[in-house]
Amino acid sequence: MGQNVLEVKGVSKHFGGFTALSEVSLALAPGERFGLIGPNGSGKTTLINCVSGSLRNDAGSIVFNGEEISRLPAYQRTRRGIARSFQIPRPFKDMSVLENLMVPLQYVGKLKEGEAREQARVLASDMGLGEKAEAMSSRLSQVELRKLELARAMAARPKLLISDEAMAGLSGSEVDEVLAILFKLNETGITIIMIEHIMQAVMRFSQRIICLDAGKIICEGTPTSIVKNVDVQKAYLGA
Amino acid sequence: MKFWIGSAVVLIVALALALTPVNEYFFFAGYVVLTAVVLATAWNILGGYAGYVNFGTPAFFGIGAYTGVLLFKWLAAPLALQIAAGAFMGGLLGFGVGMLTLRLRGIFFAIATVAVVFIMETLMTNWRYVGGATGLQILRPTVLPPFETYTRMLFVVMAFMSIVAVSLARYIQVSWVGRGLRAIRDSEEAAECSGVPTLRLKLFACVISGALMAAAGAPMPMYLSFIEPASTFNLSYTISALGSAIIGGMSHWLGPIIGAILLGSIQQIVTVTISGEVNVLVIGVLLVLFVVVAPEGILGLFKRWARTSSK
Repeated sequence: MGQNVLEVKGVSKHFGGFTALSEVSLALAPGERFGLIGPNGSGKTTLINCVSGSLRNDAGSIVFNGEEISRLPAYQRTRRGIARSFQIPRPFKDMSVLENLMVPLQYVGKLKEGEAREQARVLASDMGLGEKAEAMSSRLSQVELRKLELARAMAARPKLLISDEAMAGLSGSEVDEVLAILFKLNETGITIIMIEHIMQAVMRFSQRIICLDAGKIICEGTPTSIVKNVDVQKAYLGA
Repeated sequence: MKFWIGSAVVLIVALALALTPVNEYFFFAGYVVLTAVVLATAWNILGGYAGYVNFGTPAFFGIGAYTGVLLFKWLAAPLALQIAAGAFMGGLLGFGVGMLTLRLRGIFFAIATVAVVFIMETLMTNWRYVGGATGLQILRPTVLPPFETYTRMLFVVMAFMSIVAVSLARYIQVSWVGRGLRAIRDSEEAAECSGVPTLRLKLFACVISGALMAAAGAPMPMYLSFIEPASTFNLSYTISALGSAIIGGMSHWLGPIIGAILLGSIQQIVTVTISGEVNVLVIGVLLVLFVVVAPEGILGLFKRWARTSSK
């Protein structure tokens, strides 16, 4: 059996007196499509912030490819292969689409200006942003911004991609478009964590799902078992 | 290539002017404008590119000036050594201030940098060797040939320093360093998650910016033949530096140059024709005007005009 890509062991995070995560543990196999669901405030984003390095966990450990990364700054984790997109797109507004992609290509890939520009163009084209490559990112539509977020994460050449609500606010056809991109990326061997409120998308995409509620894992299983789980129904519907 | 040719032309013109019988006041005023160019360019490296508004300009300018005075009084050090040592001390202060404050953001960072000014001013006010609160009179050394007066020589020195500062700012802007700093300005978290070592990059910007500001301050005591803490650590240096960058445009290395030349020249004219106090009012009015009408500065206005005329 191969080594897990990511192992989260007993991770807790508190904000003052509020417990956002309480001893959360999970493990991801290489190339897995993994869904993370839960009602608002359940701790999904806090968990991925701890994994990506935006937040430091108060307790527990996070092991990536066999290395303990809990104390590493976010940029070091990105360089080791963890990339993420943001729930609310955070483009570098003063830059074109190409330049946005060149940031990780230069800082993670250590590419020179010309090489980085060339690779950024290929990546933009692969992600359906070819025609917008020279456009300023501040002028992109919502779906284009979502694609840019994913493209920028991909430019860091990740082994693990965390997609934080990449489909929020998109129409049905746009959701399909983003899903197709994520499937394509997964086929290249990248492990993907999908955090999403659009249940149909998570169910279609994920091989395994974990449901969080009030900072704790309340259920883990296949998409089919998760929808039938009483605790999940309670957490979502308050029934 | 165009940039280097332009820089060489600027330096040759400055040198030629200094060797011709132009009125001495031109060099006296020109030195002040060129100092403003260095300060605005230096300020923009951290404030404009990375979006960290630094109110500590006088602290860096002052440490350069006092390093110069100290070396001159102690060792009769030549001007070049005073400037080099000033830049080193400014870089060191930039590193220290950066380590302490660059984890803070927005208003907290700005306030922390103001505090550095007051700390530096208090230290110099209480240091007798460099004149304390009453200041120190300086007897300028003999001027080096081929210059006739010390002010003319300082004018050329400051022209050279402006070119060095602008070259550095330009390199930073067009390189991967500048792209990283701009990423930090737009979203520090996204930059960090894109592999940008944000703290290290901000520290680098703070050190370079501080070194340039201090280098600009080092010849100041020689220019005035005097130094005292109240005017050396005056917050008007901050207003002038950030005002020039905002008015000229912060997104490009040309912006602070345009702003500093415009603002510096207007201030000189107002000082001579009206009063020295009114020139602060001029900066204030211009700043309000630009923030409201053209937040991207003169360069932004020009870009907007170019876009509309190309449609």
